[in-house]
Amino acid sequence: MLGWFDANVVSMIDGVAYGLLLFTLAVGLSLIFGMMDVLNLAHGTLYLIGAYAAYALSDGSWLGLLLALVVGVLVGVAGGGVLAALTQPLAQRGHLDQALLTLGIAFIASDIFSKIFGSEVLPISVPSQVAGSVTVFGQVYPVYRLLFIAIAGGLALMVYLLFERSSLGALVRATVADRDMVRASGVDTRVVMFGVFAFGAALAALGGVLGAPILAPGPSVDETVLVLSLVVIVVGGLGSVTGALLGALLIGQVQTLGVALMPVYAPFLIFGAMLLVLAWRPQGLVSLVGRS
Amino acid sequence: MTPALELRGVSQHFGSLRALDGVSFSVASGSRHAVIGPNGAGKSTLFALVAGARPATAGRVIVDGQDVTDLAEHRRVHAGVVRTFQHSSLFLKCTALENVLLAAQRKAGLSWSMLRPLRRRSPLLEEANDLLERVDLQDRSAEAAGSLSHGERRQLELAVALACRPRLLLLDEPAAGLSPRETGRLGQVVRQLPDDVTVMLVEHDLDLVFDLADTVTVLHLGEHLVTGTPSEVRASDEVQTAYLGAGDSSDLFLEGAP
Amino acid sequence: MRRLAGVGLLVLLLALPWMINPYAISTVTRILVIGLLAISVNLLTGVTGLPTLGQSAYFGIGAYTGAIVSTTLTDVGPVQMLIAAVAATVAAAVTGPVAMRARGVSFLMITLAIGEIAYVAARRLDITHGTDGYAGIPPVVPLPGLPALRLEGLVYYYVLGGFLLVFALVMLLLRSPFGLALRGLRDNESRLRAVGYPTSRFGVAIYCIAGGIAGVAGSLWTSAQQFVAPGDMGFSVAALALLAVVIGGLGSMWGSVVGAGLVVLTQDYIGGYLAGYGTLLLGILFVLVVYLLPRGIAGLSLPKKVGA
Repeated sequence: MLGWFDANVVSMIDGVAYGLLLFTLAVGLSLIFGMMDVLNLAHGTLYLIGAYAAYALSDGSWLGLLLALVVGVLVGVAGGGVLAALTQPLAQRGHLDQALLTLGIAFIASDIFSKIFGSEVLPISVPSQVAGSVTVFGQVYPVYRLLFIAIAGGLALMVYLLFERSSLGALVRATVADRDMVRASGVDTRVVMFGVFAFGAALAALGGVLGAPILAPGPSVDETVLVLSLVVIVVGGLGSVTGALLGALLIGQVQTLGVALMPVYAPFLIFGAMLLVLAWRPQGLVSLVGRS
Repeated sequence: MTPALELRGVSQHFGSLRALDGVSFSVASGSRHAVIGPNGAGKSTLFALVAGARPATAGRVIVDGQDVTDLAEHRRVHAGVVRTFQHSSLFLKCTALENVLLAAQRKAGLSWSMLRPLRRRSPLLEEANDLLERVDLQDRSAEAAGSLSHGERRQLELAVALACRPRLLLLDEPAAGLSPRETGRLGQVVRQLPDDVTVMLVEHDLDLVFDLADTVTVLHLGEHLVTGTPSEVRASDEVQTAYLGAGDSSDLFLEGAP
Repeated sequence: MRRLAGVGLLVLLLALPWMINPYAISTVTRILVIGLLAISVNLLTGVTGLPTLGQSAYFGIGAYTGAIVSTTLTDVGPVQMLIAAVAATVAAAVTGPVAMRARGVSFLMITLAIGEIAYVAARRLDITHGTDGYAGIPPVVPLPGLPALRLEGLVYYYVLGGFLLVFALVMLLLRSPFGLALRGLRDNESRLRAVGYPTSRFGVAIYCIAGGIAGVAGSLWTSAQQFVAPGDMGFSVAALALLAVVIGGLGSMWGSVVGAGLVVLTQDYIGGYLAGYGTLLLGILFVLVVYLLPRGIAGLSLPKKVGA
């Protein structure tokens, strides 16, 4: 057991990093669905916005990274606002139309990205102070990933406290559970909804900037992170922050440990994990939507 | 004679809320049995438990001597337990005829048939058309259920239930929102049902209840209060107290009371 | 009138190889194949109300099965088609019950994940020859004893034959009691349960049937292209099939085929003029369809109903 642990500890730490990366995407996707009833299939595009911002602005200095963060998040928020405005008129038409629309937007964006940035996966430079490696449990491990785990972990904690422990979070959760009731109590739910859409978009773009050195931007990366985030919220439960976190950490482990242990069958492991969770709890690990 | 339905200590708890608490009574075969009670008495919950839409927290449900407590909803339909819904629940994009056909083809064991077109199955079509005629909808058979009026939907609801060839028919507030004329027509259809069909209904329209029912069960706050003939129930002090909270209840069963 | 239009269309389809050039014929062949895939998506999404983005998985399984059978077992097309259909149906029978744990958007998400997982698997497994793609597929033999088909026009006839067979079976299915049950499932699942249907079992059944149809389409694709690559079963294929269904109108099978035609033509011809902007163009098509064609081409003539 200890030998196995030693051999795979790097994969497991990678899994935590990967899981937290997925959380920054999945939590927005999940809340946007829970709050606005919008399935945003362009969510992976928001990650790419952040990641390409990191590529363009991050030059190996802290200032560059900071600049990339500011620009990435601002563009991400703008993107989220555009998506919210575009999907709003389709609110009465059901999920299929929203899915198609956001899919179309994702296609358009990916074409524009490939025109600007080419069709290669681009390397991202991290600030030189954290570019090296350290020894963890006797294994060599990149410092930046540890830093990422610390920052993204703090971010996850913040999001958790904001949505599960604050009164603002209570309002959001109430809107997820019963929009009409919240509206009847005099709150402008549209503001809440646009706010959540922008917040979710910002988080995804932030994940993109910080995650770019781990999962570098390139064609079809938007698709990969989208699908994994969807699996995360199916597993974790729609509309729940805690669920997204649990699901993300689980899928992160399955993904990295799976690739390390049985590379060829890793994709089936993701499906297997989804199967097991759904067989056990069809609503996901933690569910707000449809819990009544 | 075996009762059509026997409830033994049936309960449904939602956390600390006891929607139904240890209810026991029998419904005689072939009877027209009404369940009444103030709002929140547990009538709809009782129907859901008998139909199998929800598992009971405790107790047994016995239909024709067969314990169906652990049977899924669709299996109970095969055992002859069929219900209509308080709020019309139909296949809105399908035609009225197709609504009835859906039930009839299931009963006829044809619902897995994939190749022979429905329109060539004349016995099935004939049966469905007969049922539509019975509820006075023969002229509306090609309309989508979604474009029928409220009253027509209630009629269609009944035709769909009858197409399942019920032995125990559960009618959940069948007269809700109907005009007096439509209610009259509904009473007529129920009265014309053959004697081997047991009818159990939940209804607020007490005129209809005392017109149709030969037995009445009163529920109150999730508990069984009394079961008896309409006249016994009218005379029961307990019932009067339950309905009005206290003593004077002279106007409870007046004609025309809601 | 309807019958006359059908016969006219059939004659036109049969005469096509004499009317247009081989390149154009190969485009029509692809339209028929993608049309079949769209029909399989429509059976789930439009008829039964289970929106799916995962049919590319079963399409790919059919395509690779066809490729493997053609190189190792026989070059007789119908045999490949049959084995491909069985393989895809079995795959659907394994994955369908998982997807049927959910409904609506969650169903869409799970099917999307199934499609993506199959795509990633196709890139990694040895049996599919990984990212290189599966080459060396012999020309298809339509029936034992007949010569192999090498001309585009003849391959077109083979694909047309498979297409018409499946299309006719789907039409029968939709008019049958089972077809009505599917529409009942879409309209009101809990009511359907209350009239005695085990609704999840019906959902899994149509999932398997749709998977089998996608498998047939995949096998026809292999016969027509003589090459299969993971990209043939990627996310964009599933998205295009769904787009074709929405363009054609939910529930309308001929609409799906017309929609597939529009999508393939856009990709081939307009994309050819604006080389390199294919994805952009499709993205714009998606957006336009959603805003301008909310009920699809068939929106005004809904499928004929029993008793109408």
